[in-house]
Amino acid sequence: MLCDHCQERDAVVHLTRIVDNAVTQLHLCEKCAAAKGVETTVSLPQHPLGEILQAVQQQTPAPSAGDSGVCAFCGASARDFRATGRLGCAHCYDAMEGSLRELLRRLHGSSRHVGRRYEAPRPEAVAQADARSMLTDRLQRAVEAEQFELAAELRDQLRVLE
Amino acid sequence: MRRASLDLSLLPDGGVRWLDASGPHADIVISTRLRLARNVVGYAFTGRARDGERLRMLAQVRDALAGIAALDGSVLVRLDDCSLLERQLLHERHLVSKELAGLDAQHPVRTGAAAILGEQAGVLINEEDHLRLQAMRSGFDVTSAFEAASRIEQALGDRVPFAYHREFGYLTACPTNVGTGLRASVLIHLPGLVLTKEIGKVLAGLQQMGLTYRGLYGEGSDVVGNFFQLSNQTTLGRTEEELQDLLVRVVRHVIEREEEARRVLVRDAGYIIEDKLWRAYGTLRYARSLSFDEAMNFLSGVRLGVGLKLIPALSVYTLNKLLIFAQSAHLSHTEGRVLSEGESNVARARYVRQVLATEGSGVE
Repeated sequence: MLCDHCQERDAVVHLTRIVDNAVTQLHLCEKCAAAKGVETTVSLPQHPLGEILQAVQQQTPAPSAGDSGVCAFCGASARDFRATGRLGCAHCYDAMEGSLRELLRRLHGSSRHVGRRYEAPRPEAVAQADARSMLTDRLQRAVEAEQFELAAELRDQLRVLE
Repeated sequence: MRRASLDLSLLPDGGVRWLDASGPHADIVISTRLRLARNVVGYAFTGRARDGERLRMLAQVRDALAGIAALDGSVLVRLDDCSLLERQLLHERHLVSKELAGLDAQHPVRTGAAAILGEQAGVLINEEDHLRLQAMRSGFDVTSAFEAASRIEQALGDRVPFAYHREFGYLTACPTNVGTGLRASVLIHLPGLVLTKEIGKVLAGLQQMGLTYRGLYGEGSDVVGNFFQLSNQTTLGRTEEELQDLLVRVVRHVIEREEEARRVLVRDAGYIIEDKLWRAYGTLRYARSLSFDEAMNFLSGVRLGVGLKLIPALSVYTLNKLLIFAQSAHLSHTEGRVLSEGESNVARARYVRQVLATEGSGVE
């Protein structure tokens, strides 16, 4: 089978996508897949924290409780974290809770905060940021990262607002 | 809060009151810095956020900060409006991090990058975390820096929701800052331990105690002129008070070790040391070209001479001032144009000569 993109080389990556409830299949050669940012091999950590996280994940045979892999708020994945050493948003801590707990133990010797307790102010006391703009930003980020399921969900939320 | 494009004279005390050498142990500890990292609920962390998110977060925080008395008289600087030279100036004054100033090749200046610079404390906005509430003090003064940063943090936390997890504490972009988000550091001068070759043991001991060290400009910077930044390594699993206590105890011990090393140097190698320090002074007083590293190394010698009372007529304040104002961006700023490296070295030597001639008169 030839690559759908260049029509020259053999397709080695077969990608199934769901966009607007329609299933599409894409067959790409290694070069075109890399150009489109599709991961073909396990990415090597580029950050020291990534190495520790990868070690933690390899030691954990089954996905840890609470580890869904991709953050539903910002779309960041464990792979993004390994590459940059930074989490995408506060919700990533829930999406990767199991692995992060182990990582925090290694980094700090503990995963439990014993310092000051905090209670966020009541919503009515906080000036509300523009919910529509916030959703638009999240939608654009999801599209750029080709996270189409998340994008569809955010688009639905935007429609409700409108 | 005034908005400044950048006129350093508008900053309270030029933003460098901590240079005045009025704090405890100021001959050995130049300054103490403490920061609390916080993120605001509802936005992706800075590195993943889009321009619009960063700008809305900035607007939300700016509005909330407007009513906080601890920031009366402060100035808001938008780094994304500043020229490269202006951003370098702020970085050289240790007012903003390299990342916020966009001086790192990997991190060009971000839309929405800003700093609120107040007399007692300030806030970095859209750094790696949305907010870094920070305070700097002259000498070794962790408590006062913590109180100042904490006052703003608590007032702001009542007005905007911070990202907080029941188990992990305050959430940060990098897991190394999570929990308290507290990093306290001292900029300390340790020539005695370097000359007696004790420094390796002391630094290894620090790391075992849960502290870490860096160079003059913090993370990723080289050690130059025997200046070290010591700070807590971990932020989780200990209270804010425990983290401060740890730093205070260990730094006190390091100060004692440094004082002991200086006594040994004077006792065992008195005239050799005295000669070395005066040669450093002589070079600074008469050289016609000085690189930054050279200037820092000679200043380290003179600073040791002042500490040992071998060079009596110079104040620690003068030496602190030279540390900041003999840097490249400051020299370019004074000359009114961007200087090449060679021009910078000549301008540096001229500036150092002038300062020592006027503020070091009587040195002989």
